Amino acid sequence: MMKNIVNQRSQNSHTGDNEVQVVVFRLAQEEYAADILSVQEIIRLLNITRVPRAEKYIEGVINLRGNIIPVLNLHSRFNIEESSDEEDKRIVVFQIDDIKAGIIVDEVSEVLHIKQDCIEDAALNNYSMNADYLKGVAKVDNRLILILDLQKVI
Amino acid sequence: MDMSQYLAVFLEESKEHLENLNERLLELEKDSKNLSALDEIFRSAHTLKGMSSTMGFEDLADLTHHMENVLSDLKEGLLGVDSSVVDILFKCFDRVQMIIDEIESGNSGEIDNSDLISILEGVVAGNYNAAAAQEMLTESEGFRNFSEENGENEDIDFKFNDYDITVLKEAAAKGFKVQYIKIQIDKDCLMKSVRAFMVFKTLEEEGEIIKSLPPVQAIEEEKFNGEFELVLVTKSSQEDLVRRLNNISEIGVMMVREIEVDSLAASGSPAASHENNEGVDFDRSRSKQKLRQTIRVDIERLDNLMNLVGELVMHKGRLEQIGISHQLIELNETVEQIDRVSTDLQSVVMKVRMVPVEQVFNRFPRMVRDLAKDLGKEIDFVIEGKETELDRTVIDEIGDPLVHLLRNAIDHGLEFPEERLKNGKPQKGKLVLRASHEGNNVYIEVEDDGMGIDINNVLARGIAKNIIDPARAKQMEREEIIDLLFSPGFSTAQNITDISGRGVGLDVVKSKIEALNGEIYVDSTPGWGTKFKIKLPLTLAIIQALIVAVRDEIYAIPLSSVDETTMISRGEIKTVQNQEVITLRGSILPLFRLANLLEITTQTDDEEEMYVVVVRKGERRIGLVVDALIGQQEIVIKSLGRLLAGIPGIAGAIVAGDGNVRLILDIATLF
Repeated sequence: MMKNIVNQRSQNSHTGDNEVQVVVFRLAQEEYAADILSVQEIIRLLNITRVPRAEKYIEGVINLRGNIIPVLNLHSRFNIEESSDEEDKRIVVFQIDDIKAGIIVDEVSEVLHIKQDCIEDAALNNYSMNADYLKGVAKVDNRLILILDLQKVI
Repeated sequence: MDMSQYLAVFLEESKEHLENLNERLLELEKDSKNLSALDEIFRSAHTLKGMSSTMGFEDLADLTHHMENVLSDLKEGLLGVDSSVVDILFKCFDRVQMIIDEIESGNSGEIDNSDLISILEGVVAGNYNAAAAQEMLTESEGFRNFSEENGENEDIDFKFNDYDITVLKEAAAKGFKVQYIKIQIDKDCLMKSVRAFMVFKTLEEEGEIIKSLPPVQAIEEEKFNGEFELVLVTKSSQEDLVRRLNNISEIGVMMVREIEVDSLAASGSPAASHENNEGVDFDRSRSKQKLRQTIRVDIERLDNLMNLVGELVMHKGRLEQIGISHQLIELNETVEQIDRVSTDLQSVVMKVRMVPVEQVFNRFPRMVRDLAKDLGKEIDFVIEGKETELDRTVIDEIGDPLVHLLRNAIDHGLEFPEERLKNGKPQKGKLVLRASHEGNNVYIEVEDDGMGIDINNVLARGIAKNIIDPARAKQMEREEIIDLLFSPGFSTAQNITDISGRGVGLDVVKSKIEALNGEIYVDSTPGWGTKFKIKLPLTLAIIQALIVAVRDEIYAIPLSSVDETTMISRGEIKTVQNQEVITLRGSILPLFRLANLLEITTQTDDEEEMYVVVVRKGERRIGLVVDALIGQQEIVIKSLGRLLAGIPGIAGAIVAGDGNVRLILDIATLF
């Protein structure tokens, strides 16, 4: 089923006005996504150095090839239970304007093209208490994918 | 020819010349007989003129041209160096600065300078009544410098062959005059051969060029050092020639001299002429300037180099650890060598980035002079140690705080002359700006011998401005009261003047200096003066740090804020008002647990022996309890980025040898 969607979209790999391309990942049982244009790379978990006195949702900082990058913990920001399975965890590194940061996710699943029509305003539907951080909610087949507004997350 | 690519160079050099002008004019104002200063002013003004007309900034060229006229008269002794002339020249320099600023901000630099020009012309005319003389004056320096004196004859290094002499003789018989002309092209000139060509073309309109040295072909191929001589047969007067030549920019007429054809024939040897003394000086100082070879490098490239060296140091650290953990003796030896090279490399790169504080200090004498004049105060301004070097980034930031401190000293510190005399002090106030180098720090002091800080006044202000509680005020120590000066919203000036008291107080100065990892202290004796002392790190990029461990975390503390480390036993800790303290060599030291400050939750029981790092925060000393001292290391500071900026107590991060990130503590904001 998912393969279908990808195939269907891949004819049009350029993101048109009415379509967005996103990276889909999992936080606990929920599926989230971020605009692929902001995502720079996805890396395995590195040693994260805690930053005292920082906001609670800042997990710490990592060394990414000589650059210091803050890592956000959306679990604590969204009040989602942390998963204990370290093996699948990744850090999604993204850049918004001149801020580079990473988010810890439990698993990165795929890259999707989503039609704008399929995206609903999160605030309208009360899908979650974290609507502020969302650009919208996409319904793809039977799945609900929450699309993050990275600008607001940082 | 498109000059825009030279704009940056032009701006940079203009600023240097302007700085030089201001500095030398101050010297001249102090000692009107200082001819070398005058010469220097003249030269800078002349170069400025040449550069600006080359770049097509006509207004600037015009203004500097008129300045040059006045300077030329000063040089000739036709005008005396008095304060009115100096004031006018200072005004002109300000205008030049304005034009340059305009140009720098992308405008055309077109400013109407007719007001100043008419004053300049007035200065010249007022002391120079003959109309003819004035006409001569509107020409440039070249003529008067080199043709007025009729002193002793000197040999011109110019050989004529028989054929030349015959030609010259014939010309002389027909009433032509033979003129020897020496031209110097500005050393900054981009296309010297073009300028030379313009000289030839101009002169050929006036007469015939018989000979040139070096030969024309060599000049066309730019095979000459910017200086050439030629012999012209002409009916035009020397004055006309000089006037025409001076219309060509970027050249200087070194000498115009008529050659006596008769004497030529008689001796058959080098032509007789004379050389002006000033001309000789001119040459000498030029060659002196050439000795100092420098290049301009974009600061970004240096930063880049610095970053790369930083990376290198980091990787070296990594190699070191591999060597140690695997006990590879050969590797360790190699790493040691790399260590030596990288240390040298680092210090070289650091030195490249170092600039003398002179760069900032040089603009102050002018500012102090103007302020003192405005306020009617007499000030003897002394600069010491201006050769002290600081990192470029620090230099760029230190200017404003110093301006503030100097203004403060002049406005609030130093008294009016009458008041000083009444108090038995010399009439002239003394203001010293001093820089010195000590270990890894540079100290800059601003010291005046004025009225000092009135504590009661400060206290009253502090209460009036709601900065302190009146009840607490009674118990405050002298130092604490003086510290109030640095509180936001504090200004002791009774009247708001133009000079200080613009709402920016010493708190801004302090935060700026702290942002540079520096510290500021005040020392004041009522009635006898105030001294502000600023301590700055030599550089901001690489520092020495003490690495400490707390629980399972590792932190770096800049060594500059560490006084000492010591070991105490649990029993030594006492409690005073809920604050843990120890007695260290007779003085009480408050103790803080680093683990608590850094919100580390894992609890451990106190060991029998505990490590304490004694750190300094301003004048206060505090003990930090840590679990272990790991060692001292050279670290390359990296920023945490905008997202994490401004966390109190954290100054930045480093990448440790094992690739992990460690945080650098900022002692000033940790508590």
